[in-house]
Amino acid sequence: MAELLHRSKPLAVSPLKTSQPLGASLAVLGLNRAMPLLHGAQGCAAFAKVFLVRHFREPIPLQSTAMDPINSVMGADDNVIAALKTIAEKNRPAAIGLLTTGLSEAQGTDIHRMLKTFRARYPEFQAVRIVAVNTPDFDGCLESGFALAVKAMIEAWVTPAGEATTRPGRRAHQINVLCGSLLTPGDLESLRELIERFGLNPVLIPDLADSLDGHLDTEDFSPVTTGGAPLSAFATLGDAAATLVVGPSLHAAADLLEQRTGVPSHRFDHLFGLDVTDRLVATLADISGRSVPARLERQRAQLQDALLDTHFLLGQARVAVAADPDLLHALVALLAETGAEVVAAVASSRAAVLSRTPLPQIRIGDLEDLEDLARERGAELVISNSHAAETAGRLGVPLLRAGIPQYDRIGGYQRGWIGYVGGRQLLFDLANALLEQAEHGVAPYRSLYSRKSDSRQEAIHGAPQASAHFGWRH
Amino acid sequence: MKSSDLAALLDEPACDHNLKGKTGCARPTPGATAGGCTFDGAQIALLPIADVAHIVHGPSGCAGSSWDNRGARSSGPTLYKLGMTTDLSEQDVIMGRGEKRLFHAIKQAVDRYSPAAVFVYSTCVTALIGDDLEATCKAAAARWGVPVIPVDAAGFYGNKNLGNRLAGETMLKHVVGGREPEPPPVDPARPDLRVHDIALIGEYNIAGEFWNTLPLFDELGLRVLCALSGDARFREVQTLHRAEATMVVCSRAMLNVARKLNDSYGIPWFEGSFYGIRDVSAALRDFARLLDDSELTARAGALIAREEARLAAELAPWRERLRDKRALLYTGGVKSWSMVAALQDLGIHVVATGTKKSTEEDKARIRALMGEDAQMIEDGNARQLLNLAREHRADILIAGGRNQYTALKARLPFLDVNQEREHGYAGYQGMITLARQLTRALENPVWDAVRRPAPWRASPASPASGAVSETAAVAAADPIPQRLNERERAHG
Repeated sequence: MAELLHRSKPLAVSPLKTSQPLGASLAVLGLNRAMPLLHGAQGCAAFAKVFLVRHFREPIPLQSTAMDPINSVMGADDNVIAALKTIAEKNRPAAIGLLTTGLSEAQGTDIHRMLKTFRARYPEFQAVRIVAVNTPDFDGCLESGFALAVKAMIEAWVTPAGEATTRPGRRAHQINVLCGSLLTPGDLESLRELIERFGLNPVLIPDLADSLDGHLDTEDFSPVTTGGAPLSAFATLGDAAATLVVGPSLHAAADLLEQRTGVPSHRFDHLFGLDVTDRLVATLADISGRSVPARLERQRAQLQDALLDTHFLLGQARVAVAADPDLLHALVALLAETGAEVVAAVASSRAAVLSRTPLPQIRIGDLEDLEDLARERGAELVISNSHAAETAGRLGVPLLRAGIPQYDRIGGYQRGWIGYVGGRQLLFDLANALLEQAEHGVAPYRSLYSRKSDSRQEAIHGAPQASAHFGWRH
Repeated sequence: MKSSDLAALLDEPACDHNLKGKTGCARPTPGATAGGCTFDGAQIALLPIADVAHIVHGPSGCAGSSWDNRGARSSGPTLYKLGMTTDLSEQDVIMGRGEKRLFHAIKQAVDRYSPAAVFVYSTCVTALIGDDLEATCKAAAARWGVPVIPVDAAGFYGNKNLGNRLAGETMLKHVVGGREPEPPPVDPARPDLRVHDIALIGEYNIAGEFWNTLPLFDELGLRVLCALSGDARFREVQTLHRAEATMVVCSRAMLNVARKLNDSYGIPWFEGSFYGIRDVSAALRDFARLLDDSELTARAGALIAREEARLAAELAPWRERLRDKRALLYTGGVKSWSMVAALQDLGIHVVATGTKKSTEEDKARIRALMGEDAQMIEDGNARQLLNLAREHRADILIAGGRNQYTALKARLPFLDVNQEREHGYAGYQGMITLARQLTRALENPVWDAVRRPAPWRASPASPASGAVSETAAVAAADPIPQRLNERERAHG
């Protein structure tokens, strides 16, 4: 429904977009004992690492192939082979994600061929699973890079049902969940619990809730991820009863999984708010053949009550949102459910889902665009990542931090947004943000003929102008 | 940039690495890299110039994941904090539209933000596709009437040090000498004072720490014409050539700036540090020596005596709390010795220090401070650092932000001393902050809480000494994390 306004200016100011290789790295970090490897200069990995460390407040395994000007021109194939060998040898990972960058893509690299060369040359590292993904940073955004990596994992590690002799429903209690980048580790944890309430066994792909949930391990150090989806899980996906897909960016990955395994998929744009959570719960009840637990009915009732409590504030509230497409779409849907109006919407990159987003217009752009739109249309609240703190500050409105990065808050990665419980908390937080800012009622009016003599009171209570003017405190 | 130009830059006569035939910038190993790229280094060095529009010419990866991630402070303009990038698309790259986009991007920045100047940073992709940065900047400057400075420091040229150096070189080539400074304002309290102009190179004002030392210079009658580049303005950088003396504060990678200022304008220079009482005092004395003004020397002597006495009194209780604590220091270049001095001033025993980016002279200074058999860490990956911490029974790891969570996961106290840090440790006053932050890290009760096993899983190991060994005991008692165990079992 929304009209997409494409980038119209040559310079991006206060960029909203985070690059594809970083998004793909994040997906790889959702695998157990994994290491993302960026085929690019050492800075590609260094920046991505610092970025993710600041968001998650965790050590982040990430490496590069260390391209330099000479091999960027003459060919950097040897760098890739050498990097894979070094990591396989030194760090003993279960999986490596080999990801391209703008540099290696501009050079015209063929990582898939190099992967074959590596396999032929070093059979001793056969046990290390490697997935190669093309993720140039002159295209897409974090979300699309993440989705490309998930699709590549399925491509590489899920064998078609015929060859693998998997059968949908053989593991009657297993539910595959393809988890889009809009879900936080906190979301994934509550999603897992929700699915488990129905006696089902969720297999999360990728599983950031198990790797980047911020837990203290007994080991003091690991050069690779210390949690995440185990590689062995991929072989079981074809036996599951069903697949849940969260995030439209994962549709291509979901299509491939369904095609390979025949396991039916249930697709959700997001899991924010009452409507879609109802649909999720009904789906789970259907798959499991169990009735909805009373506890969930209660949580639903709590969310409904929160809708009532917050509607005075959220109804017609004017909100500006900037995020990657899936998250933007999800926030718009949630805000629509509360009666709030999204008066300014900026997406980092194009995506099919945006054409369905129920808004008149969405701009593909940056936080400068968001600031201009929000000012022009009188937004009362901004929802975006931490970079928008200065934006919101200049606008003089509160910021609700959503998406990545969130470096000026502790635990942003763990915040739960989804389901009845997350939705309720989100409503409270939205309403409180507005409450702190809001000016209700009518501005005081002083009659010309008024005989109120408040000045003395004001002076005593410290209204600075009054006291300075009348000088009664001196 | 031509490889011959890069080679010329790597040849720094004032740098001891030259004598050893080293490039100073070892090639990174694929799959085992650590640290930022040349572009990163150039941004670290120049981004603090506050009234400049800093445009990154490249695809989204370079600026998108790095803007607004540094702690340099400004006392005025905040323009430098805005991330700006040409955010090249695939079409731009394929069709070669990069230069055109850049040209108009510069106009957009000039029109909207009225910068004192525009700095344009090249990146790997724009260097590879051969965008002519210099020509585009020249044309844009002529067309839009604002200085536009090309910073040709693409990431893949090498490491961060090289980026610092290229940044300095760019300032010398395009900015320094562009303007004459105004006469210094007269201090009404001291109308007859002879004011000297000085410059600081490699002072980035992280967490505002330059403002710990700036009042000292004011008191001495030294006008800091320009700090390259903490809280700097473009106009100030233009006057750098009129300094009467220069101090290289942090980065030997910027020695080239001091040396060339000396070659071209005869400005004497010295290397120093603002970390630690001894070094702050030494820096002030060095300025007095180079400026050769007996009244200044007397003022400096009085100031040093007063501040050292004040610090001695104020630090006494902190020294008591920090006595005999053992620190493992892992930081780059000059800080490898300057921080040692600062920590020793607090009574801390520095068990080892990182020397990855240090020169032979840096190492000589380390030996002078820590003794001939000082342990130096040439390349400290996370595992090695933790092993060293265990070996030396370190109480705390003092390093850059990238190692913060390495330390915390090993239940080892940590202090951030690099560019993302939130506290300023420079100057006399910085020592108090350093002491407070150290005790805050070391004395916190959480260390006990995070090392304590759950009561139902009491460890059979004997009480261990030191953070890491205790952790190791816990790890040995339970080699596989429980939740992984369960998960793997579930998947059979």
